[in-house]
Amino acid sequence: MTLDATDRRIIEATQGGLPLVPRPYAQVAAELGLAEDALCDRLRALQAAGVIRRIAVAPNHYKLGMTANGMSVWDVADERIAELGQQVGDLPFVSHCYERPRALPLWPYNLFAMLHGQSRDEVEVLRAQVADLLGAACRGSDILYSTRILKKTGLRLRQQKG
Amino acid sequence: MTLDDTDRRILNHLQEGFPIAPDPFALVAAELALDEADLIARLERMREARVITRFGPFFDAAAMGGAFCLCAMAAPEDEFDRVAEIVNARPEVAHNYARSHALNMWFVLATETEAEIAEVAEALTRATGHEVLCFPKLQEFFVRFRVAA
Repeated sequence: MTLDATDRRIIEATQGGLPLVPRPYAQVAAELGLAEDALCDRLRALQAAGVIRRIAVAPNHYKLGMTANGMSVWDVADERIAELGQQVGDLPFVSHCYERPRALPLWPYNLFAMLHGQSRDEVEVLRAQVADLLGAACRGSDILYSTRILKKTGLRLRQQKG
Repeated sequence: MTLDDTDRRILNHLQEGFPIAPDPFALVAAELALDEADLIARLERMREARVITRFGPFFDAAAMGGAFCLCAMAAPEDEFDRVAEIVNARPEVAHNYARSHALNMWFVLATETEAEIAEVAEALTRATGHEVLCFPKLQEFFVRFRVAA
């Protein structure tokens, strides 16, 4: 899907969140000089095209006790990765799941799955569940815990040039 | 803040999605057997207390334009802080984490074009004296991550 200028204005206006008022879309539409219907139609089109993944609440998982996370990495047989990667993504405790290239010999892993739990011990239990799911298709694995946040800035839409 | 059962029901429900309709809070309130004003007030309180990080559309970063790539480096311990400073100084570095592995620094590059990813990675390799490895996503798997409130 190609985004036009109006789509980009909608993204800029909503990437910080929706207003908590009874008619949030009407308020955003008014700010953008659009009709509420027109805004809603565009949001539906953006969602259908996958530009909007979903409209939802993201709870702060730290405040809900999910304070531990680990980047689990797996060396999965190439011919099984599409099928098994999706099964790993389907697990409710996996927040990101990607196939990425190996960097041999240092880095034999091609499946990355971020695991979240209440404690490091729980994350290790979840990791064992992923290992069970992958079975013999997995030739090796590791898990990387973050020890420090060195930099954190949000990813936001850049202003269009020109 | 302390969450009560109603707050937890709201958090669990709204992680699944929020309708696109003129009166979405009224629709959700009806599904949860709550009053619309109470639902909005609770969401305000939870957003204020930062129990809710974000409420609204979640965008596919790549679909919005631009390129993204996970990168990693092995920075020797005695050079770690110097390397981190060089890496973090680049505005293209969106986040950067120290991790427990020989590859001990993991960061995300966000640029306008794919070509710039390689340019920034090479520039950081030269500036730090340590190779920046790029791990672009080859395939993204849909996730069903939910936090039980």
